[in-house]
Amino acid sequence: MGKPTKFLTSSVGRKITLALSGFFLCSFLVVHLVINLFALKAKPDGTGAEMFTQYGDFMATHPIIRPLEWSLFAGFLLHAVLGIFLFIKNRQARPVRYDMNRPSENSTWTSRFAWLTGILVGAFLVVHINTFFIQSRFIQHRPMIDFIKEAFASPAYVTFYMVALVFLGYHLKHGLQSAFQTLGLRVGRYEKLIDAIGVVFWLLIPIGFAIIPLYFLFAY
Amino acid sequence: MSEQTMNLKLKIWRQKDKNSKGQFVTYAMPGVSPDMSFLEMLDLLNLKLVRNGEEAVAFDHDCREGICGTCSMFINGRAHGPLKGITACQLHMRTFTDGETIVIEPWRAKAFPIIKDLVVDRSAFERIMQAGGFVSVRTGGAPDGNAIPISKAVADEAMDAAACIGCGACVAACKNGSAMLFVSAKVSQLALLPQGYAERKTRVEAMVAQMDAEGFGNCSNTYACEAECPKMISVEHIARLNREYVRAKLV
Ligand code: FES
Repeated sequence: MGKPTKFLTSSVGRKITLALSGFFLCSFLVVHLVINLFALKAKPDGTGAEMFTQYGDFMATHPIIRPLEWSLFAGFLLHAVLGIFLFIKNRQARPVRYDMNRPSENSTWTSRFAWLTGILVGAFLVVHINTFFIQSRFIQHRPMIDFIKEAFASPAYVTFYMVALVFLGYHLKHGLQSAFQTLGLRVGRYEKLIDAIGVVFWLLIPIGFAIIPLYFLFAY
Repeated sequence: MSEQTMNLKLKIWRQKDKNSKGQFVTYAMPGVSPDMSFLEMLDLLNLKLVRNGEEAVAFDHDCREGICGTCSMFINGRAHGPLKGITACQLHMRTFTDGETIVIEPWRAKAFPIIKDLVVDRSAFERIMQAGGFVSVRTGGAPDGNAIPISKAVADEAMDAAACIGCGACVAACKNGSAMLFVSAKVSQLALLPQGYAERKTRVEAMVAQMDAEGFGNCSNTYACEAECPKMISVEHIARLNREYVRAKLV
């Protein structure tokens, strides 16, 4: 039989890496959401945000978080670079397009446009990281809750967030079950379980994240 | 036979050979019986073309009963046309409506270069099979068929995978031009059975390596392949290929 493949240069190996980095980013989403929900305790009189601020301090200063932060950054980079790389390779696999093609009759648009929802989420992240992480940690050195209050006072900024979260939801809708499939786990007896985990992710996580800006815009 | 015939327009990809630039040519096609198969309709067109001194449209066909997998064509934006679970030769003209324009294109993928008109070179599939789609056994006296017991469930699953006719619709329909459904059906069929077990590690690696070398795209799990496969082969086999690959790398 022929030669074995090198894991990272084979199509399946690359896809497994993409799937694993995706799962890693999903785990981050859960942590990120749980901590952010504490911001909802902030009251208009300026009290209530102590716990959230403590978390923020811990995250920004404790040495144990540093390697986690760097691996998170590396995880994002790996997922994005590999995703774009595979997208380009896939375009090259069909140099001449069909004159008439009806893909909507054989597949969902979330699956066909996962690359696009991914790029849009990536673009959102650049703005998002600048608004909060970079400003709070490196430029203005003020607690995170201040930035949350300021940013989410603007209806335009909140709208931008809602749109981004819709894209995140669509990306997760395809991505999560796709990652299970790539790891070979999406088979008969687990399919229902995977679909259930999928709904938690693509629906509940974006909704959870949406509550925060809406709270600060309307209820705060 | 139905009395009524249909008037159709055919927009067909014509390409002289591998290296020339192709283009669409539209043909008026009156007098089509709804009972004709799609290939019979093309035969009729070719008859007319030849009578007029024009060159016939080249298309692959052999069995004309959905088992050889040669009749590759992209009809109105779908691999093997609009119906589920059939090949182009099993498609009948009653599926279409009178006056309709039907667009007929070859499979489009880098790994399936066009030879002429609707005929593509699918030998990439053969090379993937040569890389690992076999079992190495010494020939000799035929062993007893029941000497190795195989559970019904496993035998059925292997049979489902073995239903693949290598038509290439999975590649044609996939937005990535990926051959994963084909390769996974072959890997799966052999990995499931005791005879294929011994070489499962080298097989999956060799077949994936050849698949990549041929220039097929990377599967992004849109499952268009499963939807368009004339044998309705499940993407569960792709999951199995992925498992086989992880196992080969880890164990
Ligand atoms: S001609 Fe054999 S499958 Fe269509």
